[in-house]
Amino acid sequence: MAMLQGVQGVQIDLISEDRMARLTSMEKIRLILDDVKEGNIVVLEKGLAPEEASKLIELTMMEIKPDGFTGIEMETYPDQESMGGFSSFFTRLIGRKARSRLTVIGPANQLKMIKKEKDLISAWVSSR
Amino acid sequence: MHLGQKYRIYLKGVQDGSSRMSFLIRARKKISRFLKFFLKKKSARIGIYGPPNAGKTTLANRIVRDWTGDAVGPVSEIPHETRRARRKENITINGANGSTITIDIVDTPGVTTKIDYREFLEYGLDKEEAIVRAREATEGVAEAMHWLREDIDGVIYVLDSTLDPFMQVNIMMIGIIESRKLPVIIVANKIDLPDAAPARLKSAFPQHPVVPVSGLEGKNVENLYEQMTDYFG
Repeated sequence: MAMLQGVQGVQIDLISEDRMARLTSMEKIRLILDDVKEGNIVVLEKGLAPEEASKLIELTMMEIKPDGFTGIEMETYPDQESMGGFSSFFTRLIGRKARSRLTVIGPANQLKMIKKEKDLISAWVSSR
Repeated sequence: MHLGQKYRIYLKGVQDGSSRMSFLIRARKKISRFLKFFLKKKSARIGIYGPPNAGKTTLANRIVRDWTGDAVGPVSEIPHETRRARRKENITINGANGSTITIDIVDTPGVTTKIDYREFLEYGLDKEEAIVRAREATEGVAEAMHWLREDIDGVIYVLDSTLDPFMQVNIMMIGIIESRKLPVIIVANKIDLPDAAPARLKSAFPQHPVVPVSGLEGKNVENLYEQMTDYFG
């Protein structure tokens, strides 16, 4: 956008659950990785499934280059089922899968996690 | 059309002439598979996972040395010393409770989402060595992910008890462990260090067994063996 030319900053893409739901796993991973490699921060309304996150890490590793892309920073809240919470026993009983939650992903050289608690993520973002 | 007719005649011949024989062959194969399953069950593959420098290889060496006298791999202060998953087969562990298990121990590279070769320069490696190490480390992480999704039957998740649990835990790891319904033991490692606080890990993971251990000194490792025979047996 013309009004942003010459202004230093970081683009943040907030991607809705609906938009991600229309994509296949590989499309989601490619969308995130391409966006992050451009120096943008991606916030997913509903995070990736664990298997998708694992494949994202695998693909990220393949794209790391010396003096180039160094990887991603990715954080989400721990699920109550995994890390405490009284609902755990009942959720296991009815076989509910661990739900994915709000997730922030960015280039490792620009996004740093300052603080992470079970219900709070503090991140710091720098421009390139 | 002509070919189709020929094909039908051939099938009919098989059904008429040797149906009894093929039933016997199928039955024999089924019985053989059944017996193989019970008599020669493969060892469960237990993956040792965790962030870089949590002490995974030190713990893997401790377990393997205690029960076989051998070792899994070298350890060092430099992150990503382990850059290939290494499997040690048929390790028989006896718990104090009298139970015994035979497992394969798979020591895996530390799981991370970023690797910058410049980090290794701080440990005295030259640029070329650091770039090679970084490339091998990226391959190792990808390999570790693949093992976890496809080939691991149980997990020992090693965390550093001197660090904040929430800052080092990988939610994706926990997600895969739970979605694959893998048995897991969380090891609160490095309890030999003065600022170790394994209780923080215990309160962060009330749903899973958490065992405080010093892989380096072997402190409380008997308790880990007992838990392993319980959870992986």
